[in-house]
Amino acid sequence: MLIGHQPKDFLLAVSGLTVSFDGFKAVNDLSFYVEESEIRVIIGPNGAGKTTVLDLICGKTRATAGSIQFRGKELTRMKENEIVKTGVGRKFQTPSIFEDLTVFENLEISFPRGRSVFGSLTFRRDATVKRRVEEVAEMIFLKDRLNVYADELSHGQKQWLEIGMLLIQDPDLLMLDEPVAGMSVSERSKTAELLNRIIKNRSVLVIEHDMKFVEDIAHKVTVLHQGQILSEGTMERVKNDPKVIEVYLGH
Amino acid sequence: MINSRFFNRSELVGFISLALLLIVILPLALDVFRLNLVAKYLTYAFVAIGLVMCWGYGGILSLGQGVFFGLGGYCMAMFLKLEASIVENTKMQSTPGIPDFMDWNQLTALPFLWKPFHSFPFTLLAIVLVPGIFAFIIGAAMFKRRVGGVYFAIITQAIAAIMTILIVGQQGYTGGINGITDLRTLYGWDIRTDHAKLILYFVEVAFLFASIIAAQFIRLTKLGRILVAMREQEDRVRFSGYSVANFKIFSFCAAAIFAAIGGALFTLEVGFMSPSFVGIVPSIEMVIYTAVGGRTSIIGAIFGTILVNFAKTSLSETFPQLWLFGLGALFIAVVLAFPNGLAGIWADHVQPRIDRLFASRGSKTWSDGSVADGAPAE
Repeated sequence: MLIGHQPKDFLLAVSGLTVSFDGFKAVNDLSFYVEESEIRVIIGPNGAGKTTVLDLICGKTRATAGSIQFRGKELTRMKENEIVKTGVGRKFQTPSIFEDLTVFENLEISFPRGRSVFGSLTFRRDATVKRRVEEVAEMIFLKDRLNVYADELSHGQKQWLEIGMLLIQDPDLLMLDEPVAGMSVSERSKTAELLNRIIKNRSVLVIEHDMKFVEDIAHKVTVLHQGQILSEGTMERVKNDPKVIEVYLGH
Repeated sequence: MINSRFFNRSELVGFISLALLLIVILPLALDVFRLNLVAKYLTYAFVAIGLVMCWGYGGILSLGQGVFFGLGGYCMAMFLKLEASIVENTKMQSTPGIPDFMDWNQLTALPFLWKPFHSFPFTLLAIVLVPGIFAFIIGAAMFKRRVGGVYFAIITQAIAAIMTILIVGQQGYTGGINGITDLRTLYGWDIRTDHAKLILYFVEVAFLFASIIAAQFIRLTKLGRILVAMREQEDRVRFSGYSVANFKIFSFCAAAIFAAIGGALFTLEVGFMSPSFVGIVPSIEMVIYTAVGGRTSIIGAIFGTILVNFAKTSLSETFPQLWLFGLGALFIAVVLAFPNGLAGIWADHVQPRIDRLFASRGSKTWSDGSVADGAPAE
């Protein structure tokens, strides 16, 4: 790819990304670009490779070919924890939080300081940490549950806690895998409100099936099908694309 | 130093009752022979502390802690053996001044590896560094490649087996199956007398409490919480920006060093070191002690070690054939019925009763008996 070929304001540039599992191409020559402060939603039928794309960006899965540039840095050759340090945060599909720790401790572990072995031995819970944890806890509606063990939270609260753990890292790119799956209606609207609040100064990449939710938050939608892009654009455009209706929305 | 923030209430109860038991009750109640047995049990308690850190908190099951126990023990034994093999004591040998087993194996000079063990400061460093570096190499090789769980446990077990074979095979350098025996003095101070055994017991207890405090300190740092986090959701830790492998290596090395300190003290207390403390069976026994006591409780694991070893001594004196079956049954029972061991039983059944007792009696003074009965039972 030529330098200067892409406009500079792309935060994330995925180009020619391919991964094959024993010959099966879960993601096939995929290219897309995410701008600063953009909310991009990836939709598509089951097995379209949505989660695999997130896995590739955060380093959980290694790409067979192609490149992922984040702020000009090549992510495909970096380790997971280094990718996190460049400013990419990832939320998993099922809430993955530390159930044997309190909400406070969960958030504190994600606070971006003292991440080496000796850094964590000498880590101090000072006023900055406490203030930031409380700030984030308020955002994720868990301010009065700081000393509760995380396994006592409801499903929705667990999802928020994981989002909070990402927020405290203050990533430039936030990747969320089905953030509202399994949530009640009221939790869902609260989550939409939360997402709209936290996107300031950062980009968000979301996988979601809930069309109502997608319409609420998306700036731009990418439709994946069999590891390739089927359609891309605003929700309005994508919704009326006959190819999309045929393979996905028509169901 | 020890305040209520450092230990929570039930830990404090455990800590104080352990201190009372080891510093006051046992030395007063037991003769030197039995006290020396307790000293031997307590050397395994160091291994248990290490296992609580790496297995209980970090979720890394090592079935090869005997290797590190042995390395620490052998380092100490080499120093003591060299001191016992001075020329005056070994005039009868064809090569005076080298350990007796080397002479029997036709060695005519002290092997290169043995030479630095003339120095006590070097020996002390080696007790910590040799197992530490060895654990680092194993840990780096395994955890960087994301080998974990059962596979890691099996590999550590294989290492324990290899280590035993190596020690037994290299008779001229290691004393073979007999180990390094006939250790006499430490800087000219006879370690075989009753008086020396009493002093060594208290030295060991001091080391044990220092280790408890060190382990508790690590547990209370963010590193301790990351270990717990890693046990539950390894990926989440990784995607919070931590190198999971480095934290695993750290906890494995720390566990190895605790085990090695125990091994070195074992050599001093018991007066010899042999491959029978290195192999698969002792390594698994050490895991059982920890499991019985409670793998997430430092104090619990120490009580577990003492209790199981007492049972082992008294039962194997009466029914030598049955003991191993008993130990196996105990392990299965603990895993199935009490996954958190004695410490779990204490926390789930004993502690709530004591709390209720406090609550119901209110301001009334409570009998000392209720705590004294319950406390050592942990």
